[in-house]
Amino acid sequence: MEMTGHSKGAKVYRVSGPVVVVKDLDGRMYDVVLVGRNKLKGEIIEIDSDKTIVQVYEDTDLLRPDEPVYDTREPVSAELGPGLLTSIYDGIQRPLDVISLEGNFIKRGLEIPGLSRDKKWHFVPTRNVGDKVAAGDIIGYVDETKNFRHGIMVPPNVSGTITEIIEGEFTVEETVCVLDGKKNLQLMHRWPVKKRRPIKEKLWPEEILVTGQRVLDTLFPIAKGGTAAIPGPFGSGKTITQHQLAKWSNADVIVYVGCGERGNEMTSVLKEFPELIDPKTNSPLIERVVLIANTSNMPVAAREASVYTGITIAEYFRDMGYNVALMADSTSRWAEAMREISSRLEELPGEEGYPAYLGSRLADFYERAGYVETLSGKNGSVTIIGAVSPAGGDFSEPVTQNTLRVTKVFWALDSKLAHRRHFPSINWLKSYSLYQEQLTPLLERDFPGWTENKTKMMSILVRESELEEIVQLVGSDALPEDQKMIMEVARMIREYFLQQNAYHEVDTYCNLEKQHLMVKLILDFSEKAMSAIEIGKKVERIIDLPCRAMIGKIRYEKDYQEFTEKISEMIVKDFNSLLRGEED
Amino acid sequence: MRKIKEYQTINKIEGPLLFVQKVESVGYKEYVKIKLPSGEIKRGQVLETSKDFVIVQVFENTQGIDKHTYVHFSGETLKMPVSSNMFGRILSGIGKPRDGGIEIIPEEKLEIQGEVINPYRRDVPKDFIQTGISTIDGMNTLIRGQKLPIFSGSGLPHNELALQITKQAKVRDSNEPFAVVFCAIGITQEEAKQFINEFERTGALERCVVFLNLASDPSIERIIIPRMALTAAEYLAYELGYHVLTIITDITNYCEALLEIGAAREEVPGRRGYPGYLYTDLASLYERAGMISGKKGSVTLLPILTMPSDDKTHPVPDLTGYITEGQIFVSRSLHNRNIYPPIDVLPSLSRLMNQGIGKGKTREDHKALFNQLYSAYAEGLELRGLINIVGKDALSKRDQRFLDFADSFEKRFVKQGRNENRPIETTLDIGWECLSKVPEDDLSRVPKDILDRYYRREETEHKGY
Ligand SMILES: Nc1ncnc2c1ncn2[C@@H]1O[C@H](COP(=O)(O)OP(=O)(O)O)[C@@H](O)[C@H]1O
Ligand SMILES: [Mg+2]
Repeated sequence: MEMTGHSKGAKVYRVSGPVVVVKDLDGRMYDVVLVGRNKLKGEIIEIDSDKTIVQVYEDTDLLRPDEPVYDTREPVSAELGPGLLTSIYDGIQRPLDVISLEGNFIKRGLEIPGLSRDKKWHFVPTRNVGDKVAAGDIIGYVDETKNFRHGIMVPPNVSGTITEIIEGEFTVEETVCVLDGKKNLQLMHRWPVKKRRPIKEKLWPEEILVTGQRVLDTLFPIAKGGTAAIPGPFGSGKTITQHQLAKWSNADVIVYVGCGERGNEMTSVLKEFPELIDPKTNSPLIERVVLIANTSNMPVAAREASVYTGITIAEYFRDMGYNVALMADSTSRWAEAMREISSRLEELPGEEGYPAYLGSRLADFYERAGYVETLSGKNGSVTIIGAVSPAGGDFSEPVTQNTLRVTKVFWALDSKLAHRRHFPSINWLKSYSLYQEQLTPLLERDFPGWTENKTKMMSILVRESELEEIVQLVGSDALPEDQKMIMEVARMIREYFLQQNAYHEVDTYCNLEKQHLMVKLILDFSEKAMSAIEIGKKVERIIDLPCRAMIGKIRYEKDYQEFTEKISEMIVKDFNSLLRGEED
Repeated sequence: MRKIKEYQTINKIEGPLLFVQKVESVGYKEYVKIKLPSGEIKRGQVLETSKDFVIVQVFENTQGIDKHTYVHFSGETLKMPVSSNMFGRILSGIGKPRDGGIEIIPEEKLEIQGEVINPYRRDVPKDFIQTGISTIDGMNTLIRGQKLPIFSGSGLPHNELALQITKQAKVRDSNEPFAVVFCAIGITQEEAKQFINEFERTGALERCVVFLNLASDPSIERIIIPRMALTAAEYLAYELGYHVLTIITDITNYCEALLEIGAAREEVPGRRGYPGYLYTDLASLYERAGMISGKKGSVTLLPILTMPSDDKTHPVPDLTGYITEGQIFVSRSLHNRNIYPPIDVLPSLSRLMNQGIGKGKTREDHKALFNQLYSAYAEGLELRGLINIVGKDALSKRDQRFLDFADSFEKRFVKQGRNENRPIETTLDIGWECLSKVPEDDLSRVPKDILDRYYRREETEHKGY
């Protein structure tokens, strides 16, 4: 962004943390201003007669009254163009790798553009002189990474007839195409982060976003273009789940927003992702990722900016016709930043001190997700997965509740499961997905029986929880054999299927086919076991069958097809010999 | 050049806050000296500044301050002197010698606020620190550069635990220099003595810097003392190349002091009266732990906090747990059953352990073993709750074996001597020994090859320890 701006006598009046009151600034809401001699970046958030209130995105230490304030008269915007992928940005899209050239610690007042001004990209036109193009149309491309074709679009609000278009090496600021002899298009354009990018229309999502996480895909699937909330107390697995999705979900682009969380978690993404290979493209996973890091010790005012910058970048890739997934960890930190700023503005607090507009801000954000037809008629999507960190782990608090009101998938993390190291610690009785039905046709097409099996599995789990209540009163030995067997099958579902170790080389990702086969085997075992019980076989004998423990090993097997076939035969063999054998 | 800014215009004094009028252009967070008529000098910093008045937060108690007191604005933020000669020194909450010695002769003066480490420049911590304590090494491994708090309660032996860790902690096969920064916040004289005597006895004091704010000292000094300690730790780590273990106790007292300031400013309180920015504030302390690429040293942070009424949903433990890289839970019920160290492994966690354990680091069986111990112990404990209602006989044989496992896990694995320094191999072996009570088919967390190599089934039903 141009960072000149005019002062025209505007001066700092009051400083209280990130909130600065400015006198005699004739500005516009949500425009960027530069505050003080260090030109700290901030945003106008309230105007009250001759006083303007600015939230500053950087530390305000030693900022003094009477220092000048410069108005850029531009809204907070993101830079969109080649170079986004593999970048790591702070909350206001300053590249942290470039900042790191200045030292180990982050200095204030640095003005570094989001996209490199020096780097040249090879632009290949796909439209010709004389073509009429409208907003959102793709006029050419840049191969941003080995496997990623970055479509160069006519920015929203622009259209015309191409009078010039050139193939060649360009920086993001150089003109590659001219419309109507006067409108110059570059590889890059800017977009105000708080404004949704326009689309033609929202479509009905019906394709699953495959995450490779069994409990999610099989029991609580999310659609491409859907919204999900992951609330959970600390240590329950929000971040690892988000990382797993960033690594393995079948989106084309991942925007990962670390909002008010740990520095080391961002670092480990930076160090780990380049070493992981994307099974689809055979190139490092980092090549489809944009990282935004506003860690817990960075200025709170930039929390909000980090979330909006992230969603704007996500929409931009969507507009090229890609499926984008955005992870925000954690939206609670953004909400807390709203609360802190609001309290410094002395606004009337709502529930638990959060501002009254908390709910509508969250809703606006999740509304930006969706499966859409883009302006140029392509299909693209933005999926949003937001972590929520409820105070005291209590889901009745305002951020969780307001989020659940607008998201369609609820992955409820449970610290009791986490404590016994059952991961992902997603509570199967509390979680839900409202996409189940619309995803069914495509899933059934590829995996006949998918839905029925899922329902059977779920009902065994529900049955287990009912039986558990009885066990609490009378002990497990008092249950009749068939009920004992149900408990054992439920245990198999939990330990062999739902549980998945993110740190195991093979288990970390499980494709849909493997999930489908695993479910079938467990249900197969279950049916045979129940029939055996019916004719008087004992549970103890059944669970001693070698095939039972073997089902538990599938998840560690890379060559699962062969392995499952073997086990399938083993189940038949084991039960046959059980039925033939003498009753003891 | 700025004029010397000294004013005699205090208009209001409320709790730890001074409201100073008619000042010219004072900077936010500026360091302030307050000169009392008696000649005494107190320190503070600017909490809010405007054209009309400035709010100064005094770091000491406000006794003796009146409307005629001079307030001097320094034009810079608070800095502290640091030096390689700090070892063995005991300093107060505002960095003054407390051991009767001379003032620190600065080699450098550093801002105590601390800057934000660029995540791009961080190094992922991955070096295993052996503490010799099985529940930590085996189940919640401490990693160099980690921030791992101890969640405890009043009257529990968290200090003993912290001391044992300090005494025994080492990175194996490493001779790199290490140091201890100890920061006491609002603890009693006895507790402080316990630490310092122990440091003296073990010779640790020579490579230790102590920051001391006792229960009897003004609570408001507690706001800056951890920042002093962390600044010293960073200096030792990043400038002098030490691996610094930083112990801060008790974070709950620190948060009480924050609460006091919030109340004096009449801020809208967040949860249970604590300021809404408690998370951010705590993060500005905890996030200073870590490693930086290209730097030799590291800052490992071991904060101790006591949970009011043992409630882990209280804002202090809750927000801490959201920021730190795990937590070690000290349990009253284990303590009451005479198990030392009374660490409840279930709610405990080390988020960095996966990078630091396994083949070539601890042992190849470590990852699978600790996972299995967790799930078996959780199951055993659930059953223990159950037998209180239904009796042991109502349990299946399988259940009874898990129950036995939980007992032996507590007696053999968790419990150990106050001076017992177990090598990691011993810790892991004891783990397998406890698991020998459970049949192989129930060890679903352990891959087959590991089972074959490490698992021994116990044959006799009743073999006491
Ligand atoms: N899928 C998983 N597989 C293995 N371990 C996990 C998994 N999910 C979480 N964990 C463990 O739980 C710890 C806490 O998870 P994390 O995602 O950081 O929690 P949160 O973000 O909710 O605080 C991790 O450090 C890891 O040890
Ligand atoms: Mg997390």
